[in-house]
Amino acid sequence: MASDNTALLRETRSSKKLMEQVITLGLLLCSSVAVITTVGIVASLVFEAFRFFQQVSITEFLFSPHWSPQTAIRADQVGASGAFGVLPLLTGTLLISFIAMVIAAPLGLLSAIYLSEYSSRRMRGWVKPVLELLAGIPTVVYGFFAALVVAPIIRATGSGMGFEISSESALAAGLVMGIMIVPLVSSLSDDVISAVPQSLRDASMGMGATQSETIKRVILPAALPGIAGSLLLATSRAIGETMIVVMAAGLAAKLTLNPLDAVTTMTVQIVTLLTGDTSFDDAKTLAAFAIALFLFIVTLILNVIALKIVDKFKEAYD
Amino acid sequence: MTDLITSEPAAMPADWTVRSPHRIKRARAETRFRLYGIVAIGIAVAFLASMLLTIFIGGAGAFTTSKIGLDVTFNEQVIDPSGARDPASFRGVNYRPLITGALAEVFPDVEGRQDTRALYKLISTGAVYQLENMVTENPDIIGTTQRVWVSAGTDTNLYLAGKIDPDMPQELRQLTERETGWIETLKSAGHVKTDINTSFFTNGDSREPEQAGILGALMGSFFSLIVCFVIAFPLGVLTAVYLEEFARKNRLTDFIEVNINNLAAVPSIVFGLLGLAIFLNVFNLPRSTPLVGGMVLALMTLPTIIIASRAALRAVPPSVREAAYGLGASKVQTTFHHTVPLAMPGMLTGTIIGMAQALGETAPLLMIGMVAFIVDVPTSVVDTATSLPVQIFLWADNPEIGFREMTSAAIIVLLIFLVLMNLLAVILRKKLERRW
Amino acid sequence: MDALTDTYMTDTTQEKPADMIMTARNVDVFYGKKQAINNVSLDIPKGSITALIGPSGCGKSTFLRCLNRMNDRIDICKVSGDIRYAGQDIYAPKVDPVALRARIGMVFQKPNPFPKSIFENVAYGPKIHGLATSKSDMADRVETALKQAGLFDEVSDRLDEPGTSLSGGQQQRLCIARAIAVQPDVILMDEPCSALDPIATAVVEELMDSMRDDYTIAIVTHSMQQAARISQKTAFFHLGELIEYGDTTQIFTNPKETRTQSYISGRIG
Repeated sequence: MASDNTALLRETRSSKKLMEQVITLGLLLCSSVAVITTVGIVASLVFEAFRFFQQVSITEFLFSPHWSPQTAIRADQVGASGAFGVLPLLTGTLLISFIAMVIAAPLGLLSAIYLSEYSSRRMRGWVKPVLELLAGIPTVVYGFFAALVVAPIIRATGSGMGFEISSESALAAGLVMGIMIVPLVSSLSDDVISAVPQSLRDASMGMGATQSETIKRVILPAALPGIAGSLLLATSRAIGETMIVVMAAGLAAKLTLNPLDAVTTMTVQIVTLLTGDTSFDDAKTLAAFAIALFLFIVTLILNVIALKIVDKFKEAYD
Repeated sequence: MTDLITSEPAAMPADWTVRSPHRIKRARAETRFRLYGIVAIGIAVAFLASMLLTIFIGGAGAFTTSKIGLDVTFNEQVIDPSGARDPASFRGVNYRPLITGALAEVFPDVEGRQDTRALYKLISTGAVYQLENMVTENPDIIGTTQRVWVSAGTDTNLYLAGKIDPDMPQELRQLTERETGWIETLKSAGHVKTDINTSFFTNGDSREPEQAGILGALMGSFFSLIVCFVIAFPLGVLTAVYLEEFARKNRLTDFIEVNINNLAAVPSIVFGLLGLAIFLNVFNLPRSTPLVGGMVLALMTLPTIIIASRAALRAVPPSVREAAYGLGASKVQTTFHHTVPLAMPGMLTGTIIGMAQALGETAPLLMIGMVAFIVDVPTSVVDTATSLPVQIFLWADNPEIGFREMTSAAIIVLLIFLVLMNLLAVILRKKLERRW
Repeated sequence: MDALTDTYMTDTTQEKPADMIMTARNVDVFYGKKQAINNVSLDIPKGSITALIGPSGCGKSTFLRCLNRMNDRIDICKVSGDIRYAGQDIYAPKVDPVALRARIGMVFQKPNPFPKSIFENVAYGPKIHGLATSKSDMADRVETALKQAGLFDEVSDRLDEPGTSLSGGQQQRLCIARAIAVQPDVILMDEPCSALDPIATAVVEELMDSMRDDYTIAIVTHSMQQAARISQKTAFFHLGELIEYGDTTQIFTNPKETRTQSYISGRIG
């Protein structure tokens, strides 16, 4: 009888153990979905981009200053292959992202400083949700506003001052994108600024420094790596942003750094190339994957660097 | 100290309460710096306010519409010449003569094909379907004359809403002087009223602004979110459970973590390309459907849910786990009987926030073809559909002036849903949050 | 300043009754609804070291922080009563706390050098207050402050290195040098040795003793031995009240209050 009992105990224990192992394995499988997704992204981009580079040389893609991916209606058409230089798309993307960061960096940083160092708890309670609201508004709404309101205003202001501004100027898209990114910069820098130890503030204030002196001379220098990381993350976000530029930036690939010109971006071209009827063999559609691969690599590098910097910074004050 | 003042005043340190020029300069710098912060916040808030205001003012008009009251005679000769009263035969009948007839009652002196056609254009092309529905629902009205309120035509609507500038030269205006005269006649005869634009909430997309509605897009978004939730919630929660409760710290888990963090920062459009290349081209799933849309959104939302769920699990104090272990519970039992239920509010909050992000997402859906012009309201996850933000994008792109109002109105609906979802998350957090 | 300290040094050497550089009368401090300090009156004599002792949570640190208005930085903290520095009410509306803190410096529990070079750490105060007239003047000030803090010989060849690279004791002396460089009258020290090992503590205590000629020091300490070793005056706080205040020797050898007696003999802790 007694031996029966122990046998039973052993049996339930081992079946329990098996169950545990099965469940653990199941959980591991769930976690691997994130990895599989990354693999899927890389594989699909690389595979289609590879097919693209069989038709268009990689040097042309990276270094040619021309982008005009017309498709051939007849095989013997002149210029049927189109031009696939990513350079004008890259400059367009960087131009708009730069304008966005010129707006977002000071606004986001200053509001983060004000919220973390100056504002009363009550004001913080009001302003933070407003910033979160800005962050929560879908980009398609920003795009609509950029195209419908901001671009005409900029155009009208420009012509009032004697400038010729394109109605799809980089300025309009960049400006609105900048505002969209303000909450991101603000919340990331807020985290970083709050991570600077209170003792440094005390030390500075205890010596009779004013609050702004403390911020400018002690807190910001101490938080600089973390802030740089946040700005990189925000830049990566700007580079990958799609809807605002699709709706407010142009389609013409132009190698220019003039913010009043219409430029196009990598994301705009991906959307343009892949909406409508897509056959999966011509260079035109495959080009979208090549651009996307390029975009993926650029943003990935920015993110990895940014996360490394921020981690290092946070470790320093842990 | 006091005796020092009398004996050696020159040696005293400068009275510290005196505001020296240097100190005044510093105080000014302080005020200036403070002001920069306020200005920065002010700009962000002002932008938000002007954006919302523009959209709300611009979109409010789309929630009402003008209706034209016509005394329609449901002529049996037109509708049911055989007199069989077969409901199936009511479909496909040309109801247009009923409307032109009713219009002729009001404007007896308008004659000739061209003029009657111009007159008919004042009424929405959707009016015939309204009559068809009336007859199908209640065949008894055949032979009677009824006052029917039908939708006004696109341009009539614009005119009645004051959106057509009467000072514009005739050639550029959507309506001629004579046509606006007709509208005024209708108005003064009491044939015009403003009504709630129900078709905005009950119709799918349309080429005519007054017939276009957001129900199709809403259902598309709804089905996509269902798919997204069904995939992302369990996967996200279980991944979080694995990483927080089960995984040993090793290369593999580090790799998974790095992966999740990077996935969170991948541009959304890249997820769309993943869906296009894998879900559509490799797995041959149906294009333009909420099924594929939801799958893509799920992969995008996954990092958000995982990160929030891990935070929620970490917030459960170790004492709970220790208590369960102390009673001889296994790891699986401890986790799923005690830790996960306690972390559930936090996990749900994170999931709702992730869903809200997914609801506003546009770019990846463009890649998988959810951008087509679709009139029918989808009824399942494998029907072709758009989504609310994609509908906004499509309408924003439409040059017809009537759609501008619709775009803003659709944005208002989208924002209301987003606010509701976020409110739900906040309430959930407040209600179910435990203080340890 | 030098003239002043010279005059003053003669003062102390002649053992005149010391002047009270800071006076506090009926000070109450509230954190929200909780009262942290209850009706404390205490005078700090110039050119001496005053030790504030008591069990943790007794309000001694809170009181110290009232003396240069560091408590202003905490929203819910409300101070009432009359605190004067050099005869001037420091909580008067026209008083600029920035100017006050330039005269009444502070050294904290944990060494908190800025993440800057040793030189920059010490130069920070003179820089913000615009004290230095030239680069060489600044260098002189930094050197003087480091010398007064007894740190110069140890760091003279590596002034460019970050202040955080120093040892704990050196870091705390760097913080003292940083405070000295502003040329304050009073230096408040909030348990400056609690994060240091015994050897570093001994060096800092020696430093404080030597500083007594130039600065008035008020120090919060949890160590009764330290209070006995370095201070001339000792104030015993308990539960937010000032129980007893007097000459250090008297407090430690012949306390008037039984609670003081219990504390120094280790019965309240």
